[in-house]
Amino acid sequence: MNPSAPLHRDDRPEARSLLEVSKKLYPRAVSGVFARWRWALVWATQLVFYGLPWISWNERQAVLFDLAARRFHIFGLVLHPQDFIYLTALLVLSAMSLFLFTTVAGRLWCGYACPQTVYTEIFLWIERRIEGDRARRMKLDASPWTVQKFRKKALKHAAWLAVALWTGITFVGYFTPIRELVPAVATLALGPWQAFWILFYSFATWGNAGFLREQVCKYMCPYARFQGVMVDRDTLVITYDEHRGEPRGARSRKAVSVGGDCVDCSLCVQVCPTGIDIRDGQQYECIGCAACIDACDQVMDKVGSARGLIRYDTLNGVEQGLERSSLLARVFRPRVLLYAAILATVSVVLALSVISRVPLKVDVMRDRGVLLREVKNGQIENVYRLMISNGTERERVFVLNVTGLADIAIDSERVVRVDASANRLVPVRVRATPDPSARGSQPIMFEIVADDDPDVVRQTSASFYLPTGS
Amino acid sequence: MADFVSASWSLAIIVVVLLSIGACWLLAWSVSRQRVPDSPAESAGVIDSSDEPSTDPRAVGTTGHVWDETLEELNNPLPRWWLYLFYGTCVFGVVYLLAYPGLGSRSGWLDWSSASQYDDEVEAARAVYEPLFANYLEQEVETVAEDPTAIAMGERLFLTYCAQCHGSDARGGRSFPNLADNDWLGMATTTHVKNTILNGRIAVMPSMLAAVGNSEEGLDQVAHYVLSLSESNHDVELAAAGQARFAVCAACHGAEGKGNPAIGAPNLTDDIWLYGGSLETIKDGVRAGLQNQMPAFGELLGEGKAHVLAAYVWSLSAEHRNP
Repeated sequence: MNPSAPLHRDDRPEARSLLEVSKKLYPRAVSGVFARWRWALVWATQLVFYGLPWISWNERQAVLFDLAARRFHIFGLVLHPQDFIYLTALLVLSAMSLFLFTTVAGRLWCGYACPQTVYTEIFLWIERRIEGDRARRMKLDASPWTVQKFRKKALKHAAWLAVALWTGITFVGYFTPIRELVPAVATLALGPWQAFWILFYSFATWGNAGFLREQVCKYMCPYARFQGVMVDRDTLVITYDEHRGEPRGARSRKAVSVGGDCVDCSLCVQVCPTGIDIRDGQQYECIGCAACIDACDQVMDKVGSARGLIRYDTLNGVEQGLERSSLLARVFRPRVLLYAAILATVSVVLALSVISRVPLKVDVMRDRGVLLREVKNGQIENVYRLMISNGTERERVFVLNVTGLADIAIDSERVVRVDASANRLVPVRVRATPDPSARGSQPIMFEIVADDDPDVVRQTSASFYLPTGS
Repeated sequence: MADFVSASWSLAIIVVVLLSIGACWLLAWSVSRQRVPDSPAESAGVIDSSDEPSTDPRAVGTTGHVWDETLEELNNPLPRWWLYLFYGTCVFGVVYLLAYPGLGSRSGWLDWSSASQYDDEVEAARAVYEPLFANYLEQEVETVAEDPTAIAMGERLFLTYCAQCHGSDARGGRSFPNLADNDWLGMATTTHVKNTILNGRIAVMPSMLAAVGNSEEGLDQVAHYVLSLSESNHDVELAAAGQARFAVCAACHGAEGKGNPAIGAPNLTDDIWLYGGSLETIKDGVRAGLQNQMPAFGELLGEGKAHVLAAYVWSLSAEHRNP
């Protein structure tokens, strides 16, 4: 076995091109424990994806990314572009989860939860309902065009396009209220960008899940390629037990273990969505979907051999024949613990940060045109603009205060009303009595507090200019 | 688009661009025609080091390229549709360059330019906002000044166009008038305010050095007299001597120093000092004269915005008019 080199098993002609015609795959339907897991995740992810935009919260869509208003609603949370750091944290979490899962059990994400896998699974199911399973699909494609064939193909594409279109509408429904979007689609009253993104996303779904399928994983997906570096010899991957299986070959029912357990029925190849033969060893094309495990287990049951000729195991496990307990013990290796620690830390920090978030933001900008003014009683006046962002979904009144110098006070309106989820720019005039020994820039502190909740408070530092001399 | 000194530059660029795209096409095409011997890599089957040709079905072919004695390039063929993507980008490139101003100084089928796009966007924005301002233009500035929506618009406009000089709170600074008091340095009317925004304003006080005796003493005397008008700290004797010299100033500032709104001469008896109220500042002003200018904003803003801005400015001093 040579895990470092990508492997191929083709009927090789004398000379090969640098490009090859990719063969259309006809993955055979499979059932079993891992197929059930995949379908469970198809249901789970798609119920969330299709269902979430329809949930209401406080008389608005619960999850709505309003790009035009630059407000991102996630249930009770309203995020602004200034909260972008949360997106960063989310990406770190996703990356760390991917690292952790991949190190423990290979390409779990690819095999069970990736939209490419999930939609391909849905589209394959539709294809099977209309055109039949592998053998019938192959026969249909090889046959000449007839009314019957055209009817089947048209029906399949109509069903695919319906799913794709609904996916596109749902996707756009995260950015524009879906309860207004669907009637707009029905009456063809869409805006140009809504129409474009619905069609674009539908087209991408239809093309990726209907046609490109494994090509996306093999040639386009960067994650597919770099997950290899997270797999080590103690990672659970889908393995073919060569020692047990070889020499492979058909055997009669009466013969008792002449050769290996592999009966060379090729079902593991037929069910493979990327068209590889798992018996060739670890390959970059393998998305870890475990369809071959389900297929092989059924065959092993039929021929009366033990299950697990193809199974989740580690490379060390297969070579050294490690027990299950010893495999589990090896899960707790430094790399896994480190990923888990980072994941836990970022999760806790993110959760604390979201919980303790103050729905108020203040930016102080000193007026640049007017440095300072001398006003009555020998006081000095500076002017600021305060950008106050109200992060709650109701109108709020804020009280401004300033500290840091003798007799410092706000001379303009101290009570500011800001609309729900809105920003307001307020000019603020501050006066202070100059200390004879202090000159030039002096630090001061603005404090902005909601009048109905003393916990909603922000303190922001600024500079107050005193005359520089005589 | 005549940015080139010679038309041949434009031609040269067209030729280079099209040749490059053609060369890309040719490269993709020639690679697609290439065949490599289907020999498995010599070092790819590391486990199997025997000399006989590998029969291992998992062995991968090479392109036949070898560097540094043993470094071979494996051949993992790309799918053929990938090649069509390359061709597609070439076609897209040519169409794009024809549609947009991409080939030399050609302006392209779409006749697009960044300037025309800007003009279109300005036009689109105008179509949205013009009716808003048109609505206010039909009303008197005084009426608009009592409309909270208009005042909120005016405040935003003020912070964009006016606050740089007059300050965010409109209270000005040295040589930039305070717009929130009731000292208008001219007619206290909304027409005057709006005209000032539209057409700007130039203020000049000539040097009065010669007229006050051409001496430091004369300057001191008239300056102390000016200070006495507003009952600021002054020297009584010098001020008394300055009273006679103030006669030349009275031509504009009036005999009592209360100014003349018709020509914008400031009132010297209040405690508002546009250029500063210290003895030295007053002496400097009399000695060298003063000049000030507000630029005209009519062309930049248009009458609608100027109208709303005038209303906002007028609203700032409402408390002084209706105490």
